[in-house]
Amino acid sequence: MNVAVAPIPATVPKVGPFRSTRLPAVEERTLGNGLRALAVRKPGIPLVQARVVLPARRPRATTIDQAKQLVLAETLLSGTEHRDSVEVAEALQRMGATLNVRVDSEDLRLQGATLSPSLDDYLGLIAELLDEPVFPRDEVEIERARKAQEVLLQRSEPAVIARAALTRRLYGEHPYHRGLPEAEAVAAVTAGDLRRYFQSRVAALDGLLILVGDLRPAKALDAAEAALGSWTGATKVAKLPALPPVEPGPILLVDRPGAAQSNIRIGGPALTRRDSGLPALLLANMIFGGYFSSRLVKNIREEKGYTYSPRSWIDHRPLGSVLTIQADVGTEVTAPALLEVRYELGRMATLPVSDDEVDAARRYLIGTTALSTQTQSGLAEYLLALSVAGLGLDYLRDLPKRLEKVTVDEVRDAAAEYLAPARLPTVIVGDTKAIRDSLETLDTVEEAPQP
Amino acid sequence: MPVNSRRKRPPAPSFPVQRFRLKNGLRVVLMPDSSAPTVAIAVVYDVGFRSEPEGMTGFAHLFEHLMFEGSVTLEKGQHDKLVTGNGGVMNGSTRADYTNYYEQLPSNALELGLYLEADRMRGLRLSEENVQNQIAVVKEEIRVNVVNQPFGGFPWILLPPVMFTTFANAHNGYGSFVDLEAATVEQASEFFDRYYAPGNATVVVAGDLDVGTTKEMVKRHFGSVPARAVPPLGSFAEPVPTEERRGVHHDPLAPLGAVAVAYRVPDPIKQFGDYTAAAVLTDLLADGTASRLYQRLVKRDQLATHVGGMLGTFGDPFDMRDPTMLQLLAYHPGGDIEPLLDALDEELVAVASGAATEEEVDRVVTTMTAQTIRRLDDIMNRALAAAALEQQRGRAELLGELPAALAAVTPDDVTRVAGKWLQPGRRAVLEVVPGGGQ
Repeated sequence: MNVAVAPIPATVPKVGPFRSTRLPAVEERTLGNGLRALAVRKPGIPLVQARVVLPARRPRATTIDQAKQLVLAETLLSGTEHRDSVEVAEALQRMGATLNVRVDSEDLRLQGATLSPSLDDYLGLIAELLDEPVFPRDEVEIERARKAQEVLLQRSEPAVIARAALTRRLYGEHPYHRGLPEAEAVAAVTAGDLRRYFQSRVAALDGLLILVGDLRPAKALDAAEAALGSWTGATKVAKLPALPPVEPGPILLVDRPGAAQSNIRIGGPALTRRDSGLPALLLANMIFGGYFSSRLVKNIREEKGYTYSPRSWIDHRPLGSVLTIQADVGTEVTAPALLEVRYELGRMATLPVSDDEVDAARRYLIGTTALSTQTQSGLAEYLLALSVAGLGLDYLRDLPKRLEKVTVDEVRDAAAEYLAPARLPTVIVGDTKAIRDSLETLDTVEEAPQP
Repeated sequence: MPVNSRRKRPPAPSFPVQRFRLKNGLRVVLMPDSSAPTVAIAVVYDVGFRSEPEGMTGFAHLFEHLMFEGSVTLEKGQHDKLVTGNGGVMNGSTRADYTNYYEQLPSNALELGLYLEADRMRGLRLSEENVQNQIAVVKEEIRVNVVNQPFGGFPWILLPPVMFTTFANAHNGYGSFVDLEAATVEQASEFFDRYYAPGNATVVVAGDLDVGTTKEMVKRHFGSVPARAVPPLGSFAEPVPTEERRGVHHDPLAPLGAVAVAYRVPDPIKQFGDYTAAAVLTDLLADGTASRLYQRLVKRDQLATHVGGMLGTFGDPFDMRDPTMLQLLAYHPGGDIEPLLDALDEELVAVASGAATEEEVDRVVTTMTAQTIRRLDDIMNRALAAAALEQQRGRAELLGELPAALAAVTPDDVTRVAGKWLQPGRRAVLEVVPGGGQ
């Protein structure tokens, strides 16, 4: 049952027409090594945001691969033929720059920002790190021990366990499964492993460089060519297998004895940014659980007080998109909360939504899309996500128009396809002893080991 | 390594400020910036969890939730519907010295945002049902962030009772479940009357706005909120420890050990120069892999797996009044923490003896400046930071002046502040021991 909201009082100011954001021009160049470089001038503050994506695909994601990826990300900055780890860190400080590395079974990503006067030096340092990484043995030994400890910490976090359990349930052994390696495997990674992994798997070809901020695009691209244009990296890059089909099944229960809360995760495939039907699904997701004014928040937070921050969202990845629903609920209300989540999903899938709900969700999406590109980092992230999918900023320009055209029927059809409770696997991390019996009154339950 | 004799001034953007005050005492700051068609509104009330009376721990934060549960005019759910349904985002947060409420909207909805903030400043629709509902929600929030989380509440809940002795400074700002469950509509109503007077609030509007029009809108909507008595600003002062204070916390969910070492620092407002030097000192010691403690504890001695440092309860040095603290944090594999503390002390003694070089201070300041600027690229962050500065110091301009203030810090300042404040006999040490045992 939902609270009926009374009409808005007449004293509330009327909102005038929406002024759309002018999106900046993107200048693009393919560097000599096949790296696609994009530069966008967005002044305001004297910084430049940088993103580098280098293909480094692994068709499997064994615990040993994951261990190497973790330590590689930590040690790429630990020295070149010309600088040791301290000199790299101090050079970044002097530029007013940050640089972080992330490696998974898809790519190696460098991301950070620099004060704009240091842009050339910054690109030069990135090139030096890629061109002549040393992976000094003593640094690797320290970092692998640290990482092994960090993995122990992450494995104790309920949100990490829940994410691993859901992605295991959705993707099985596919590298999109976001589990954590065994601490022992992390502690065993050697400098030689990292050198081989980096040299044989990380490539410039078909990679991306994105620069957004207080810069002159042509000059920034010249600097990128000069610094990064000759590094090629690995000559062959593997292909990832297609995502496996998602099969609904029993509720998977991961035991965390004595847990004060249960972490409910429900997920399934979603439309991608290249699909024409995505705007309808975006609206369906918003109305269901995508923002504070959604049905899910109203029901299990604002009416029942089962949870603090329930939500649903869509992640877009190159091989496919995924819709995830999450609610961390008090242990004692686990089954009632799941019942309500499924009830709201079922309502979305079988009954029409209201015009008001669609209008509100539409205005929210249009408004927040404009907000999200307002900062240099926000624009860089959006441009990166779109570029990885082979799209440009015109996607953002067109999205409001596409959202305007969506009908109530199209929202219901999208919900029937992608929010149908019978099609979406459920994973719960919690105190099995306390919650299993009541969950079994709703569905079959199967226990799974900690992923 | 080349050392510049001339201090390099990193480029700094300017954030122009226009201020005025309404007859009911409300302070208003406008920060026009038309680079994007959006506006940010921040309303900060001068009450945080340090103002909570005994027996009412967590009340300031619970009350923040109630500000979203309906006003005299609007029913529960209408406020957020009007913001999000017009393309905006909104939230609120409770800190030691303030509670803020904010929204970012397309600039065509500016007047709506001002209306909504004025509307709930005028009066709330408090009901037993909504209070009970939000008590349940807040308990789940505490379970997510503290009870069900390894290192939950480390260090912000666990450290203050070791460092401080007064209830105001030492108590848990999230609140005990016992106190939260005892909260009533009457208490909420009194809390609103006492602390949510227009004279106890500051409004900042940043972004795509016309100063003249916006001033009229602010007057139109906030001007009719009746003036009420403003509570006197109490002092939370307490003496600096004269001997080391220690505490141990057993965390059944933690797989590793951790330690927080904290020191009292100069008054953030009255001793702004030395306090800014303490901010530089914090980062020089513990920010990033180039920092002294990382190099010593993680790299050289391998006693810790991670180090960090913060000035202020949540790491924003410039949103608190006195007293506050400089916090150094380390995670370690477990076992005796004395070798780690000894190594840390050696590093502090070195800095207090003048080990920090001009070149080192320069690059730390450069990085801090870049971090400050990056945060302020977002007009919402700009409005929120300006609101706290205006309320506590009457100085929203400080936002644009921070890079210059940081650049004015010299190695001698760092040495002096380290020597005076970071003494082992004045510190608080909180140890988190993994596992639930005694």
